[in-house]
Amino acid sequence: MLPRFLPVQRRIRETADVLSLIAEPPEGEKLPVFLPGQFNMLYAFGVGEVPISISGDPGERGRLVHTIRDVGAVSHALLQLKRNEPLGIRGPFGKPWPLDQARGADILLIAGGIGLAPLRPVIYHLLAQRHSYGRIALLYGARSPADLLYHRELERWRRVPDFQVRVTVDHAGRDWLGDVGVVTRLLPKINLDPADTVVMLCGPEIMIRFSTQALLDMGMNTQQLYVSMERNMQCATGSCGHCQFGPHFICKDGPVFRYDRVEALLKRDEI
Amino acid sequence: METESAFPVVIAEKALHTLVCALQKAGYRVIGPILRDQAIVYDELDSVADLPQGWTDEQQPGSYRLKKRTDQALFGYTVGPHSWKKFLHPPHLRLWSVSRSGNEVRFSHDKTPIQKYAFLGVRSCELHAMAIQDKVFLQAGHEDAGYHQRRNDSFIIALNCGEAGGTCFCTSMKTGPQATSGFDLALTELLSADRHEFLVEISSQIGANLMHDVASREASAEDLATAANILARTAENMGRHLDTKGLKERLQDNPEHPRWDEVAARCLGCSNCTMVCPTCFCTSVEDTADLAGETAERWRRWDSCFNSEFSYIHGGSIRSSVKSRYRQWLTHKLAHWIDQFGSSGCVGCGRCISWCPTGIDITEEAAAIGSTAPPPEDTS
Ligand SMILES: Cc1cc2nc3c(=O)[nH]c(=O)nc-3n(C[C@H](O)[C@H](O)[C@H](O)COP(=O)(O)OP(=O)(O)OC[C@H]3O[C@@H](n4cnc5c(N)ncnc54)[C@H](O)[C@@H]3O)c2cc1C
Repeated sequence: MLPRFLPVQRRIRETADVLSLIAEPPEGEKLPVFLPGQFNMLYAFGVGEVPISISGDPGERGRLVHTIRDVGAVSHALLQLKRNEPLGIRGPFGKPWPLDQARGADILLIAGGIGLAPLRPVIYHLLAQRHSYGRIALLYGARSPADLLYHRELERWRRVPDFQVRVTVDHAGRDWLGDVGVVTRLLPKINLDPADTVVMLCGPEIMIRFSTQALLDMGMNTQQLYVSMERNMQCATGSCGHCQFGPHFICKDGPVFRYDRVEALLKRDEI
Repeated sequence: METESAFPVVIAEKALHTLVCALQKAGYRVIGPILRDQAIVYDELDSVADLPQGWTDEQQPGSYRLKKRTDQALFGYTVGPHSWKKFLHPPHLRLWSVSRSGNEVRFSHDKTPIQKYAFLGVRSCELHAMAIQDKVFLQAGHEDAGYHQRRNDSFIIALNCGEAGGTCFCTSMKTGPQATSGFDLALTELLSADRHEFLVEISSQIGANLMHDVASREASAEDLATAANILARTAENMGRHLDTKGLKERLQDNPEHPRWDEVAARCLGCSNCTMVCPTCFCTSVEDTADLAGETAERWRRWDSCFNSEFSYIHGGSIRSSVKSRYRQWLTHKLAHWIDQFGSSGCVGCGRCISWCPTGIDITEEAAAIGSTAPPPEDTS
């Protein structure tokens, strides 16, 4: 499958090492529909290709947004792209967040670090279809205040009535007025019905492990929880073998999994 | 391949030459077993004379040796280190190339002509291996077009095995020794003091057309009985056995079995088993560019779950220990594969056993997992 090249329209600096790239198709060309939680394979010319979640608004059809952290060769090259330079894109791939199944329920989003990127399309969707869901909440943890993504939007979301937004950081200076500590510490401060809540988690595996445990301790069951997983991916079509996680191919059976399907695997090292 | 079948016929040993010539004339590159570097490998045949006539192999865990036979059998050996996947799923393949001028990007079309292959001497286990790789590369919506073309274009002459190797266990995996589908023609070598002939089953129209030019006679009941006896004898002489009953669950339920540590102590993580395996399909891609950054290519190369970089994500490898990599390979092959593709990933060809430098035997390891009580479940 060949990548399609789209010109970069805008670069938005989110933090010192994270940028959002906005690509737009040329006049008259369309973008494929995507569902929140899906990802694209992004190609930097001659350097390589990596999986990156779509972080934009699924209701906005004219542009494609990805939020990328500079961690290595390919992500670095992607973030060097200037306006009008071609970004290679294959996708969208993967199973989305369970927004249809979650209709009517309370929704809790738990994000760690760059894990907020694949959850942002969920937030856009929830806010656009507010009446279809019960109470909604976002718990977001980052290393420090300087590492928080989407600052302005976070501020805006906080002011949305009936959207509980709590942000915590691992360490902060004196000027930080928010919470400090792991995201699970915020759970008691959220007002939801544990019996009728769907939780969507994305972040480092360690965060997923302790957060799911805390949610189960609150009386939720494994079928209420959904996690997004990360593994090495080269083809995104289930034939390179790299992203296997037990019997699953994360690229096509995931990246979003209902927790009961991966719980046993997540409890083992090196699976 | 169509399923139209004709009555089996018998051809003289010499007539195989005519068949190979007919294939070459029809534009096929004929690939078959040849002797090279003290092993029987698969490569292009100029003629039937290239076949390793009069040779056999002796295989045991970690050991493969060629020996002269006392007869002039053309196919008197089992499988070597190569499998047909090297032609259908090439070890190193350019997927595309692209050039850039300013912000304009253009893919260039590959002008290399498509090669049509005729495979001579494909064992039943290998036909099953091809069918298994089909499920990986021909997934609905994500079809590998190049693979599809190579596969559709190839002409397959199967071979019913007249010998079972020391590491063979196709009867356990229900993949042999008799070729039952997935071929154009199937041969059984009929060799005794006073005859050297081949029984030929014809199961496609292309196969039937090719056979028009080959001198043959209708097979007699006796010929069929002789062929059946050969297969029965091969089936009885399997060097290895694997009990597949409950195996999937035993493997999936025992990721912490102590046997994984024991086998890891012997495993070198060399990836030989995955390279010789006819079903292992994993690859990595490499993106390259010329110095000026104007043209770029994507290549795909066989990779192996035994390489530590295979599971690399930012921050390190997921499977850093050899134990976890062996566990991944074995559990995938014999258990997860069933969830993913509806069948085991193992065809019982025994290559991984013979070509393991330390002689690790998949049948022994699989049997050991779950045969003793697993350690108590840790609840931490
Ligand atoms: C479904 C999914 C969604 C994701 N979404 C996002 C997102 O929205 N934003 C984001 O920032 N990140 C996201 N990631 C993570 C992102 O894909 C990685 O950060 C990215 O692959 C890093 O690539 P890199 O080359 O920049 O970094 P590196 O860490 O240098 O390299 C990672 C990749 O390069 C190759 N590689 C590097 N070194 C080696 C080596 N020694 N041996 C072999 N291979 C090597 C591997 O293929 C590996 O996948 C997502 C990942 C997945 C699976």
